[in-house]
Order: sequence, then structure tokens, then C-alpha cells
Amino acid sequence: MSIFEYNGSALVAMVGKNCFAIASDRRLGVQLQTIATDFQRISKIHDRVFLGLSGLATDAQTLHQRLVFRHKLYQLREERDMKPETFANHVSALLYEKRFGPYFCQPVIAGLGDEDKPFICTMDSIGAKELAKDFVVAGTASESLYGACESMFKEDMEPEELFETVSQALLSSVDRDCLSGWGGHVYVVTPTEVKERILKGRMD
Amino acid sequence: MGDSQYSFSLTTFSPSGKLVQIEHALTAVGSGQTSLGIKAANGVVIATEKKLPSILVDETSVQKIQCLTPNIGVVYSGMGPDFRVLVRKSRKQAEQYHRLYKEPIPVTQLVRETAAVMQEFTQSGGVRPFGVSLLVAGYDDNGPQLYQVDPSGSYFSWKASAMGKNVSNAKTFLEKRYTDDMELDDAVHTAILTLKEGFEGQISGKNIEIGIIGTDRKFRVLTPAEIDDYLAEVE
Repeated sequence: MSIFEYNGSALVAMVGKNCFAIASDRRLGVQLQTIATDFQRISKIHDRVFLGLSGLATDAQTLHQRLVFRHKLYQLREERDMKPETFANHVSALLYEKRFGPYFCQPVIAGLGDEDKPFICTMDSIGAKELAKDFVVAGTASESLYGACESMFKEDMEPEELFETVSQALLSSVDRDCLSGWGGHVYVVTPTEVKERILKGRMD
Repeated sequence: MGDSQYSFSLTTFSPSGKLVQIEHALTAVGSGQTSLGIKAANGVVIATEKKLPSILVDETSVQKIQCLTPNIGVVYSGMGPDFRVLVRKSRKQAEQYHRLYKEPIPVTQLVRETAAVMQEFTQSGGVRPFGVSLLVAGYDDNGPQLYQVDPSGSYFSWKASAMGKNVSNAKTFLEKRYTDDMELDDAVHTAILTLKEGFEGQISGKNIEIGIIGTDRKFRVLTPAEIDDYLAEVE
């Protein structure tokens, strides 16, 4: 079994019209045994950029701490927030520094750029970026997420419909994966507000 | 020789509160060739005298204005070799920033990093302060910008500034000529006129250097032929 699958995870980000959604499951397991059902994999970097980290939970937490630290220093130094593209490049550079002993994480980055243009991207554990204009997925449920997102995604969705789509995609995908699940955590981000919702799901 | 006993260790303050080595560095700048910069509404121009020690020197081999990144240029007054060290360090800093963020370094950031290097050389052992002041011209998301960095490591943003020989004359001249709505071409003319004020001998495309950056955000050093065209317009 791969170390990426040790704790189990499901992450998805989707683009709508001048908005985006990023969602994850809430399970933290040690192989098949569930340890916690309120685990956080998504965090807010600033009001318009969100970061999700799938994979090994301990590395996800360390990486998250380092990235928050780096971003705070950037804010102080440059007196501005990082653009989503800039943040993604920064994460990529940070991951590649550990090329031969990587963090066992696959990040998902979603943000609103200039003129409220949504940006989403994912990368592998050594920082090779993969940009997409519709949706990105990561984690042990990624295969089923691809299928769900491919069939449910529509272009230019409004925030409410986007929330519904992301939630349905996530919940149906984690049912096909025994390492992730136990509800979901969804953020829908528009230029004016961030809506955070907890989903209830199957508890098995 | 009141101050002289404090002029060897550069980390020692004199009783009057001065760091004499830094004062000496500023003197080196003050006796260097004149350089100036003007920030226009749509760009920045930096210019300098290029007086060579002998007519036998090949003037095409001397470049006093340098690019740090495609959208940032720099000129100096003072010691040429010290300038090259700073240019090398600044370029490296700009590349490191680019490697991390895949985004060109903002002018303020590069100026801050360069100033930090200059400050370090006023406080470290076994080194001396840089005998140069820099004028940094750049154009980024915050618009056209002109900065002056001094040997002490202090830096300021200017609408127009001058340094080197004849500073005070040049600054008075710029104060009279400067307007906020100046276009880049007018700024080049003003720069030439200011240089001409304190220039000994006949000014030509070969004995001054001019660097400009406009809304295309590409810093460019003018060729002698281009400078001659501007000179003809001024006369």
C-alpha cells in the first residue's frame, strides 16, 4: 500500500462563474481504522486563495504550517496578498526542494485572481503543476471523483448550483472508496463572500 | 584630527554620532561622475556622463547603465568596480525571486534587497561600504518607479534625482523643470539638458548614456545614434 493512501482522503475543486468551490472529506484513518471524523484538509490562505492537501496527514499539516508561515512573511514584505498563480508556483518550488525525500501530499489550490477570474490547480508530491479550467481532484477517491466530476460539471455555474454539484460529486465518490468519506467540508468562494458548509454522509 | 581616530573600524560611532567610513563613501559618490533620473507619467529615464580617462579607450566597451531584470535598469555614481558587485548580487536576487514565484520581482523588492546588501557592508567585519549610490528605474504593476540607494543602505523613491559631481546644481535644475504630467520624451530632453548644465566639453552620443523604460516595461539603453537624435531635438 502506498503511503499516500495511509490516512485516506478526497479533495476536489471546481470552477464556476466568477467563483469556485473546494471540498474535501472529513475522515482521518490509519489504513482501515477510522481515527477521526472531523479532520481538516482545506485551509484558507487569504480571503481569495484556498489550499487543500491530500495524502499523508502528518505531512499535510507540516506543509500547511510552512506555507502559512511563508505567506505571512510575503504579506509583511510586499504589503499585499499572493495571487493564486503566484501561490501555486510557491507551493511547487517548496515541494521540489524536497525532490528526493518528498512530502507525501498532493495539493489542490483554488483562488480568485485579478478581475475575479477563478484559478484551480493541483500538483504531485514533487511540485509538477497541472492546471485545469474546469475541475481538479486528488486523494484516494480521485478515480471516482474524476468520473463524478466529468459527468456532473457544467460551465459557468452560479455559486448555489456549484455547491450542489461539488457536494454530490464528493458524496457519491467517497461511497466508492473505503479510505475516505464520513461527510464533507465544502467552501464556495465568490468575490464578496466565503460560504463554508459541513456535509453529513454515510458513516461507514 | 578629531574624527580620524574613529575612521578605521567602520562599526565604531564617533562621539558626534557619525560613522565616518560611510561619510567617506558618500564623498566618493559626490566626486563621481554625474548621474540623474526622472520619473515621467508613462515611464522613467536614467542618464549619466561617460567621461573616459583617455581618448584611446574604446567607448563602446564601457556600459555604465545596466539591466537588472528586463523591466528594471540601474545607473551609478562613484566606483565602477563596486557597482559591478552590486549588479551581480541584485541580478542573482531577482533570479531567485523569479524561481520561487515565477513572477518578475517588483521594483520595491529588488531595491530593498539591494539596499540590504549595502547596509550589511556597513556593519560586517573585513569589508568596507560600497563607494556608489544607485539610481534604480523600473516599471511594474505599481507603475513607473525611480529609487536612489545610498552607501548607508538607505533608499528613497524620487520623482527626479541626481547624484555625483554637481548634485546641487543638477537638483536645482530638475526642481525648476520637473512637472508631474511630463511624458517620457520630455523627460529624456530634460535629462539631457540637466547633464548639459554641468558638462565640461561638447556633449555627444558617445560621452553620455541614457536608459529608458516605458509602458512596454522593457528597459533599454539608448544607442549613441539614438542619443544624437535626441541631442538634435534639444538644440
